[in-house]
Amino acid sequence: MKISNVLNTKAPKATIKKSGMSSLGIRNTRWLSFPYILWMVGFIIIPLIVILYYGMTTNDKQFTLENISSILNPINLRALLFALRLSLISTVICLILAYPLAMILNKSKMKSNSFIVMIIILPMWMNFLLRTIAWQNILERTGIINTVLKFFNLPMLNIINTPSAIVLGMVYNFLPFMVLPIYNVLIKIDKDIVNAARDLGANSRQTLFKIILPLSLPGVISGITMVFVPSLTTFVISNILGGSKIVLIGNVIEQQFRIGNWHTGSGLSLVLMIFILISMAILSKYDKESEGSNLW
Amino acid sequence: MVKKFIERFYVGFILFFLYAPIIILIILSFNNSKSRSKWGGFTLHWYKELFKNESIMNALYTTLIIALASAFIATLIGTAAAIAINSMKKTPRTIMVAITNIPMLNADIVTGISLMLLFVAMRYTLGFTSVLISHITFNIPYVILSVMPKLKQLNPHTFEAALDLGASPVYAFFKVILPDIFPGVLTGFFLAFTMSLDDFVITHFTKGPEINTLSTKIYTEVRKGIKPEIYALSTLMFIAVLLLLIIVNRRNAERKEPIRKM
Repeated sequence: MKISNVLNTKAPKATIKKSGMSSLGIRNTRWLSFPYILWMVGFIIIPLIVILYYGMTTNDKQFTLENISSILNPINLRALLFALRLSLISTVICLILAYPLAMILNKSKMKSNSFIVMIIILPMWMNFLLRTIAWQNILERTGIINTVLKFFNLPMLNIINTPSAIVLGMVYNFLPFMVLPIYNVLIKIDKDIVNAARDLGANSRQTLFKIILPLSLPGVISGITMVFVPSLTTFVISNILGGSKIVLIGNVIEQQFRIGNWHTGSGLSLVLMIFILISMAILSKYDKESEGSNLW
Repeated sequence: MVKKFIERFYVGFILFFLYAPIIILIILSFNNSKSRSKWGGFTLHWYKELFKNESIMNALYTTLIIALASAFIATLIGTAAAIAINSMKKTPRTIMVAITNIPMLNADIVTGISLMLLFVAMRYTLGFTSVLISHITFNIPYVILSVMPKLKQLNPHTFEAALDLGASPVYAFFKVILPDIFPGVLTGFFLAFTMSLDDFVITHFTKGPEINTLSTKIYTEVRKGIKPEIYALSTLMFIAVLLLLIIVNRRNAERKEPIRKM
């Protein structure tokens, strides 16, 4: 109840701002969006229709559902379920690591929050494949961790080419996508609301769970989708850190395309898209007010 | 006190986690042994070799051209779109935002495959242009999402005031609106550039056999072993960006932070 009141007090402010903005709508700004609309129809919508077409036809252009139902093939199904499991685990780990970090960064009163954003996306300037390969160096049997362990006469860790290595790779690569949306929401929370809760006698735990956490939910939701979808569909991380034995659904699809089996590959991609659509639906339910600005 | 220490330690730990592989790659670029797992002493050999290696330099050239061009075009289209979306009514705006979210939330592999199938269906030869078009496509949303918040912070009355004082809409846009949203535009450009540079999956599917970006070149070498020259190149690129960021940040710190408009 209390929280919904808090949210309600914010709502009118937003509407005032919006009505003010529409006067900026120099009535004829609409044409500015035409290049974008054309581009998006041409290179987002139509390609999705093409993939739908390929997924539902055979080589001889006959309608079929076989490509889609090939997901029920035990190998493919196992790859999908395994990918689901690993991506869920990495999403949870990312959330646990990212939330406290975002809170600390939010509190640190850094002058420019763009600096924090930069520090977190800076690793992307080292190529993503190279960074993943560097983890091979760290985790290998003769790698850095094991060398250190050996030095202290501790038992060797055998992480490389196991599911744990893949989860580590996913967490490493996608952690920024969890930190940034949560951080972006946290800095927008009105400090007065938090202070009001404290004035009214809430202790820090209550403030966290009753005020901050619910208000930051949109950021958490976008973080979850931004980590879950790429983890679910990756084929590179499993390729590099999982060895050749572990096959995720991304690897299956990539392989289908490599051997020229485009129709099956498209059918399997359509199955993947179901999961993506579900996460998009959940996201848009929570993301209405901010209109996507929580993503970054 | 203890709490503060734990917080510092935690941030340090995460930053270490994020940067450890990068440190290792930098160390490897000075490694005088071709093997990834052996340390053969310090050398600058790979930095000299790098500039002689034509295929790496070609890949670098392609990567940079595509990143620059795609970020630039995406910034133009995206900024214009953000301004238009911002002044739209609720329903069209919701639709536009939903479409903008598709390439961000869709899996890279699906985006890559769908674009490849489109190019093939149109009988368009895969190559430089197809990669460029794909990169523009996934870059535009980053620009829109960077510019939108700045547009929302704008004070609409300044624009009206400019019009009242006799400025033409275009003149008023360049003199009043653009300076205010420029940080967002710049962030968008930078993000788009970074994403383009770091992309592998979409490039992998939409490039033809003729061209290679750094990512796809590295991928072909994963199995047989990465050439140390590539470590040297990435180190140089990373240090360059790091220096750039430090300089920009110094500048910003010297200049007084402008008062944020609510």
